[in-house]
Amino acid sequence: MFYLDFEEKLEKFDIEIQSLIKLSKESDIDVDGKINSIEKKKQIELNRIYSNLSPWQIVKLARHPNRPKTKNFINSIFTQFTPLYGDRLYSEDNAIISGFAFLDKLPVIILGTEKGNDMNTRIKHNFGMAKPEGYRKSQRIMKLASKLNLPLICFIDTSGAYPGKDAEERGQAEAIAQSMKVALNCETPCISVVIGEGGSGGAIALATSDIVIMLSNSIYSVISPEGCSSILWKSSDFAETASNSLKITAKDCLELKIIDQIIEEPVGGAHRHHEKVSSDLKKALVKSIEDLKLLTKDELIRKRNNRYLNYIV
Amino acid sequence: MNWLTDYVKPKLSSLVTRKEPPSDLWTKCGCGERTLYVSDLKENLNICSYCDYHMNMDVNSRLKNLFGDNAFEFLEVPFENNDPLKFKDLKKYSDRMKDAQKKTDQKDAAILAQGEIGNTKVVVFILDFNFMGGSMGQFVGEAFKIGCQNAIDLNCPFISVASSGGARMQEGIVSLMQLPKTVAAVNLLDQHKIPYISVLTHPTTGGVSASFAMLGDIIIAEKGSMIGFAGKRVIEETIKEQLPEDFQTAEYLLEHGMIDMVVHRKELNQSLSKVLSFVKK
Ligand SMILES: [Zn+2]
Repeated sequence: MFYLDFEEKLEKFDIEIQSLIKLSKESDIDVDGKINSIEKKKQIELNRIYSNLSPWQIVKLARHPNRPKTKNFINSIFTQFTPLYGDRLYSEDNAIISGFAFLDKLPVIILGTEKGNDMNTRIKHNFGMAKPEGYRKSQRIMKLASKLNLPLICFIDTSGAYPGKDAEERGQAEAIAQSMKVALNCETPCISVVIGEGGSGGAIALATSDIVIMLSNSIYSVISPEGCSSILWKSSDFAETASNSLKITAKDCLELKIIDQIIEEPVGGAHRHHEKVSSDLKKALVKSIEDLKLLTKDELIRKRNNRYLNYIV
Repeated sequence: MNWLTDYVKPKLSSLVTRKEPPSDLWTKCGCGERTLYVSDLKENLNICSYCDYHMNMDVNSRLKNLFGDNAFEFLEVPFENNDPLKFKDLKKYSDRMKDAQKKTDQKDAAILAQGEIGNTKVVVFILDFNFMGGSMGQFVGEAFKIGCQNAIDLNCPFISVASSGGARMQEGIVSLMQLPKTVAAVNLLDQHKIPYISVLTHPTTGGVSASFAMLGDIIIAEKGSMIGFAGKRVIEETIKEQLPEDFQTAEYLLEHGMIDMVVHRKELNQSLSKVLSFVKK
């Protein structure tokens, strides 16, 4: 487990518990009572931290290395995931994964940015930063979902689109713009879930949907707090301040009617409660699809377009 | 009319790179090498007469550049920007807005006009780089939508002229929503078979290039303008590599198949007239 800076005490408790367990294995000393009392203290500390998270703490949680990633959610919520690859134009882009899967008995199409869980997979998935081929693959998959009339479920966890020479050469801006356009014309229910970082253009390319859901410790932002700090505060020292100003938390986004629903993560966050978060998210997805299936194709597209066309705070 | 306040100031502040504090009479070329008389520059459409560098234009000069001697009228954008997040960085966003309004005499970074280019009636949407870097917040998104709706009502082509650093950070996540908003507006144009010409000028980046600007049926870029998604410096820091001199220029984009033509500002009206003669409704 990776501990965030504000979880220092939790780490200490966990170490104490571990050493007590070790001690009990090596000797006959009864440690249960001791462990119980530490567990109680740990729970109090967890409640203290997680009942009052600041936006900056949420930023750190959203980027937590142990937080479940798109692949983890695909495995915990769906069955028979059958990956689909390639944009049919230039290349496969591992930063975005896609494929068929069953949500209970319902076939669906999944699309999502994948950050990876360790060094090897992070490199493989380019840290969840897609290139134009990733967005063009997304467009292909959206069109496929539309043609086959399969609900489209998008997972978003990206710091943003990849800022690279090759990405610019192949039209990163156009690829993102076109993804939104294809999503707006998709003749099937589209649901997007921000599970970690919802970074700017790279996120909205996959979040132009009928229903947008956020996990409670995820963020959705036009620019990273660090980037905002260096541009508007002319210094990298104001990322925390920027995180307060930018309205990036799920709560803020719900208030601003940018998203439709929040999945509350239990105390301790999704990285400590993957199963519970998965089952809550699964229920929300099933319900969302049921609701959207009541609409005709025309109604669906009109509503989705109007949602964005008429968006004003 | 006070020529200093009405003409010179917007232009002076229009410079993207400013190495020395400008006087009211002369200014430095965007190329960084030449010192130019403001009055000469103005007469030359804000193009450096030595290196042909196309500097930013204020909205009024741009309107004249687009419509030539033809008459045009402004279209109303019935929306007052309202600082949706009550944002404050080193300065209050509301104060930044007031400063920009004073500086440019505009409500926000976008204006709408209708008139004829060549012999074709058009609706034109212009981003003003002098107004907070042409950044896109709620007003700009709303103006774009209304522009599209006007073009549909008038059954005439729609032209956007972009110059922008991207989404307006001071509107946070609300500014990100302007991307799908303007894309949905382009979608409306498609549904009504309204021709959409996107003109990209220096610079067009971030959330503006990644939304309506790159979705034109025809995309025209001004000579030498910088167009891209990510900033050159960010890319260099990411890939730890020096980028070629012409990276993200209009010419570079043409070569990479991203746009249809690169035009000199003095020929923009002509090029538009020509394209419009094929697509006019
Ligand atoms: Zn020059």
